[in-house]
Amino acid sequence: MKTTYREAMRAAIRDALQRDDRVFLMGEDVGAYGGCFAVSLGLFEEFGPERIRDTPLSESGFVGAGIGAALGGMRPIVEIMTVNFSLLALDQLVNNAATLLHMSGGQFNVPLVIRMTTGAGRQLGAQHSHSLEGWYAHIPGLRILTPATLEDARGMLWTALEDPDPVLIFEHGTLYNVAGELADDAGPVDISTAAVRRPGKDISIITYGGTLPAVLDAATRLAGDGIDAEVLDLRVLRPLDDAAILGSVAKTHRAVVVDEGWRSGSISAELSARITENAFFDLDAPVGRVCSAEVPLPYAKHLELAALPTAERIVAAAREAVGARG
Amino acid sequence: MTGTSARGTASGDSDHTRHLLHQMLRVRRLEEQCVELYSAAKIRGFLHVYIGEEAVAAGVMATLGPDDAVVATYREHGHALLRGVPAGAILAEMYGYVEGCCRGRGGSMHLFDAATRFYGGNAIVAGGLPLAVGLALADKMSGRSRVTACFFGEGAVAEGEFHESLNLAALWQLPVLFCCENNLYAMGTALARSESQTDIALKAAGYEIASWSADGMDVLAVEETARRAVDAVRAGGGPHFLELRTYRFRAHSMFDPERYRDKAEVSRWMERDPIDKLRNALEAAGQLTDKDWKSIQQDVEAEVKAAVEFAEAGTLEPVEDLTRFVYSERGPQ
Ligand SMILES: Cc1ncc(C[n+]2csc(CCOP(=O)(O)OP(=O)(O)O)c2C)c(N)n1
Repeated sequence: MKTTYREAMRAAIRDALQRDDRVFLMGEDVGAYGGCFAVSLGLFEEFGPERIRDTPLSESGFVGAGIGAALGGMRPIVEIMTVNFSLLALDQLVNNAATLLHMSGGQFNVPLVIRMTTGAGRQLGAQHSHSLEGWYAHIPGLRILTPATLEDARGMLWTALEDPDPVLIFEHGTLYNVAGELADDAGPVDISTAAVRRPGKDISIITYGGTLPAVLDAATRLAGDGIDAEVLDLRVLRPLDDAAILGSVAKTHRAVVVDEGWRSGSISAELSARITENAFFDLDAPVGRVCSAEVPLPYAKHLELAALPTAERIVAAAREAVGARG
Repeated sequence: MTGTSARGTASGDSDHTRHLLHQMLRVRRLEEQCVELYSAAKIRGFLHVYIGEEAVAAGVMATLGPDDAVVATYREHGHALLRGVPAGAILAEMYGYVEGCCRGRGGSMHLFDAATRFYGGNAIVAGGLPLAVGLALADKMSGRSRVTACFFGEGAVAEGEFHESLNLAALWQLPVLFCCENNLYAMGTALARSESQTDIALKAAGYEIASWSADGMDVLAVEETARRAVDAVRAGGGPHFLELRTYRFRAHSMFDPERYRDKAEVSRWMERDPIDKLRNALEAAGQLTDKDWKSIQQDVEAEVKAAVEFAEAGTLEPVEDLTRFVYSERGPQ
């Protein structure tokens, strides 16, 4: 079946609402408006205002209410318009959702799913373009998902709802319109492992979410030069799939990490450290990184592009790693 | 709508009234014991005691049923105890022992208990209010007539989460009872130095929430007002708000040198001790004999002594278990 990332996500939400009475969607403009990225379009008419619940502009209030509802036995899906606005709910996410199970000595689960958009590329300026999922990946107690494909957009939500712990799903804003084929019977997928999106033997390019298309594009170009790149999609930023990461590096002996976050203190910094700690003697070259420029993301198209990890920059980083002889 | 409750009196069911006296004394003695244990370095961390405010927890808690939920702050030993968490499990938690109500992972400020639907214990000022809204939302969506009682200090009123939560609760007509324990100080900040409008019930009424104030030093007044509110919440009347005017007799925490208020003020409030007040009223009405009072005291002493023994006999959770309960052992399917 031909579909888009947006439609796959919507199908996942509809499916969850049909499967389990405890599931409801809550967030700003998810109902009457249809979702600010049109993900929930039509669901309000289909399921009504109780289960497709519009909230006021109060991120901390409704994220906290989602945590409380999860404690009370519901299975809420909370949508935050973008990761930028999730900062207003940091207290609830970090101090409550992530801690309650541990602080209560295992008594209180928080089976909550939070979805939000992340990332740049749409000329929205700094306050709508940042990639902060790496920050959330810093927090023990949260599971961080970054669906990059139609299969994951369709399949991660249900598995996340089955998880007794809080799960944050980051949807890159440039992916919603991505169209392609999805199996008619596509269903839940695992939310624990990374996936090899293109096998290769010369270098591992490790990425996730919104930069996967650019990495696949770069791999195709590299193949033209006789460089066979393996593309590893992390899918899950916490807990990280160390076996997949180290397994790929053990095979290719080279790695470049592509991350739309800023390099300083980023998830790519964590990956680079893990590879160095655990696979140093497998490496034929230093671990490379392609990240966003260390600036608040600019509005002007040429500047925004210059700040982001593009296929050109990924190709250049991969060539440099392959050029370096061990 | 705002209003002030009728004054409580020691009439009515004298067994019940003696029970309230007993409840307040349990909180008082347990916490006096905590202070001692803290001074003896048996328990550590931050310790915030509720001494002076017992009438609030005792009065409100008496109106709740076993299926209701309670959300509280870091000054919550009394709430946990009166909600039904055993004194021994509370003390063992402060000792950091695995026999504690959170296996020693929470400590004084983070008491939780699933069996009694006690959802904390929250060290973030106002952090519990959105949780209470969500618990109430779950009840409403599931068609259950349960109530979620949420306790917080007047310091929380300045936080955004207070306003977000009241708005949501009123907008969705959720079964929450907001209980503001107005003890006039947030650490050292007097209410008048932190709020433009110091009438807190009035502020809540601005969200179209039925709001009442009561004398928080009078357990009968608290109970009567809370009962009206809880009945209304349970009957589907939406959120209700109580401002309970009270005072803490001790410092904010064990580290507080208390430079912000004078001793005369504290003594004036201590003359209104809620335990003495009720005891005197009961005695004057001939409803409490010397023997009754002694028996209450003995009961409380025995309970606290047993709790200390239970805690003293506690054990440490094996360090190998450090990373348990970060994620659920069951994991995603
Ligand atoms: C968000 C937040 N800010 C600051 C603090 C530090 N703090 C701990 S207790 C307290 C005062 C709170 O006063 P109030 O809410 O009136 O409760 P009370 O201690 O009087 O019971 C402060 C500022 C905190 N715990 N959380």
